Amino acid sequence: MNNSRQHRAPIVEALEEFRRLRVVPFDVPGHKRGRGNPGLAALLGEQCVGLDVNSMKPLDNLCNPVSVIAEAEELCAEAFGANHAFFMVNGTTMAVQTMILSVCKAGDKIILPRNVHKSVINALILCGAVPVYINPQIHPVIGVALDIQISELEECIRSNPDAVAVLVNNPTYYGICSDLVSIVKIAHEHGMKVLCDEAHGTHLYFGENLPICGMKAGADMAAISMHKSGGSLTQSSILLTGPSMDTGYVRQIINLTQTTSASYLLLSSLDLSRRNLALRGKESFAKVVEMAEYARREINEIGGYYAYGKELIGDSVFDYDVTKLCIYTKSMGLTGIEVYDLLRDEYDIQAEFGDIGNMMAYLSIGDRIRDIERLVGALEDIKRLYQGDAKTTPYVDAVDATVACSPRDAFYAQKESMPFQESEGRICGEFVMCYPPGIPLLAPGELITREIIDHILYAREKGCSLQGAADPVVDYIRVLKEGK
Amino acid sequence: MNDFPDIWYSDHQTKNVKISIRIDKQLYSAVSDFQRIDVFESPAFGRFLTLDGDILFSEADEFIYNEMVVHVPMAVHPNVRNVLIIGGGDGGVARELTAYPEIQRIDVIEPDELFVEICKEFFPDAAKGFEDERVNIYHQDGLRFLRGRKDEYDLIINDATDPFGHTEGLFTREFYGSCYKALKEDGVMVYQHGSPFYDEDESAFRSMHRKVFRSFPISRVYGAPIPTCNSGYWMFGFASKKYHPVSDFDPKRWNARELQTEYYTTNLHTGAFMLPKYVEDILEQEEKTHG
Repeated sequence: MNNSRQHRAPIVEALEEFRRLRVVPFDVPGHKRGRGNPGLAALLGEQCVGLDVNSMKPLDNLCNPVSVIAEAEELCAEAFGANHAFFMVNGTTMAVQTMILSVCKAGDKIILPRNVHKSVINALILCGAVPVYINPQIHPVIGVALDIQISELEECIRSNPDAVAVLVNNPTYYGICSDLVSIVKIAHEHGMKVLCDEAHGTHLYFGENLPICGMKAGADMAAISMHKSGGSLTQSSILLTGPSMDTGYVRQIINLTQTTSASYLLLSSLDLSRRNLALRGKESFAKVVEMAEYARREINEIGGYYAYGKELIGDSVFDYDVTKLCIYTKSMGLTGIEVYDLLRDEYDIQAEFGDIGNMMAYLSIGDRIRDIERLVGALEDIKRLYQGDAKTTPYVDAVDATVACSPRDAFYAQKESMPFQESEGRICGEFVMCYPPGIPLLAPGELITREIIDHILYAREKGCSLQGAADPVVDYIRVLKEGK
Repeated sequence: MNDFPDIWYSDHQTKNVKISIRIDKQLYSAVSDFQRIDVFESPAFGRFLTLDGDILFSEADEFIYNEMVVHVPMAVHPNVRNVLIIGGGDGGVARELTAYPEIQRIDVIEPDELFVEICKEFFPDAAKGFEDERVNIYHQDGLRFLRGRKDEYDLIINDATDPFGHTEGLFTREFYGSCYKALKEDGVMVYQHGSPFYDEDESAFRSMHRKVFRSFPISRVYGAPIPTCNSGYWMFGFASKKYHPVSDFDPKRWNARELQTEYYTTNLHTGAFMLPKYVEDILEQEEKTHG
């Protein structure tokens, strides 16, 4: 990587130059540098609203980049070791959808683990591809779904030789990584593309001694949430492609649904974050790892909690992302969601998510050791005041799915609403998920089983926020009408 | 006639209020790993120290503060052996405690090593407290030090003043919970409660009482006028597992010690817990809403 080039930030430089010119705006946005909306200018600051401008010749256009955005994307591709980088302004959701829409057509099969983000299944609704789920394996201690086991992938490919792509979470929300190099090798041998959902993996491209990143492993595309570990503004994201992809076609797919008024606040934040990561990413993530390891030691010292790390690596876990601070709480007799709620309501600490058995504190380049001390202090105090009976509720944070029809067919089918408790054996017509993490417990087209009903009702009882279904409390569920 | 130059230091108490002190000269300035530290010499307050530009204490009025956080709990708790001071890098609180012969151990937790060195150099009178062999200084984060400690101290004095700076962790529920755990079954915690006078400070004052009130069975507030503190009127919290600061207060026992003080008296002790109506109202509201 050419470091002197990486010092540049073409979009930011163009914006600064544009500001110096004091151009009179007779174009959108209509707030005209904030003057038309003083409340907004007071909230965000004049500097910020002044940069909320529209695409124009000196600032390029995200729909068809030819100057500063093209340069910024090129620097970004270089920094990430990709053939091409696309800046995205509609979240990693759109990066994920673009990956799938770029390789799947209606009726195509795509192989994926069940613990994918809902954006993946939404993309299948859009394009009509059919999911083939790899038999999920559950970690015996922490009870979360592992990603892709090589033997299960080979089995799945044997039964579905006509699949066009394999999608991998790298890493999962919990930091678990699959053997990506072998997955790429096997998939490519069978003519299948490999798509990496790296929503939680930006740092893998820059930190040292971390699991391998998608582009380095030879994946064909990767969706990168720059706004998570990369430090850019919320909703900004990157799509990376390898040499096998036709960038013109990918751009066409993006332009099907992308806004024609891309925000320069988001674009400039991507440009600056890329520069920051390229120049300082290695040291920054070394610090994050150091803080995470310190927090793990201190939390495990309290007793009752299990903050897991590299020791998970073994037969079932190929690699682990040690920047993640996930804590198994069930051994304390508390669900992850209970600890998550206590931290916020009683200690003014907002964690990333809590599910049944685990909670996660998101660490990043912006953390300070004194905040880690607060988190550990609060966890210790929660143990003192709220510790429960660890033997209750044997439980895992994953469900087995049976696909009865394609998500698209289910989405557009005739549906009826019925009491959720009585819906066993019916085909689900909508999503049910806990948010965060936004991994569906039920997706359109899946068979509703007793196990899943019990799982969802238990999660609800423990305070998980259920999303996706028409009935926000999921007393009722929309299922496919029978006899069709 | 003008003996001093026309140089003024201003303490911004709120966005709209500042109090200015004429400066004779600046004695020291440095940036530690935690904060910027400055020491000034002034005609009215003698030497005073500022952290990130905010005044922390002055030679002229520090005795009020030090005496009120030490003698009040010492006149209530009959049997103090082990004391923990969180913050307190200037040594003033430790110095007051060393006057009590029954105290066996005084641990001072001050993360900022440079702060202690500066206090020793420029405020040797307060820093005398560190010379007593019962006093141990630990340069560590307060929450980190408390972690895992249980049933160890009779008295904890939280000397940290700023709920928004690098000591903000010392104004949290996890901190008060950790103190509760580190105290013996009849332990007492005394802490800085700030001043509720300015609207900007009221919510911090409320939230502190809310957290402590829910963490300790007895939680009372007392006050003292301190000229260099925000609004000139400063509050302290008395949180306790067993002893009530007024009904378990033993003036006879304390007076028999014949300690020399400049501010504290046993008459004043009872009076300090009698609060202005607006402060009482704030405290009662918090207790009713969150009790």
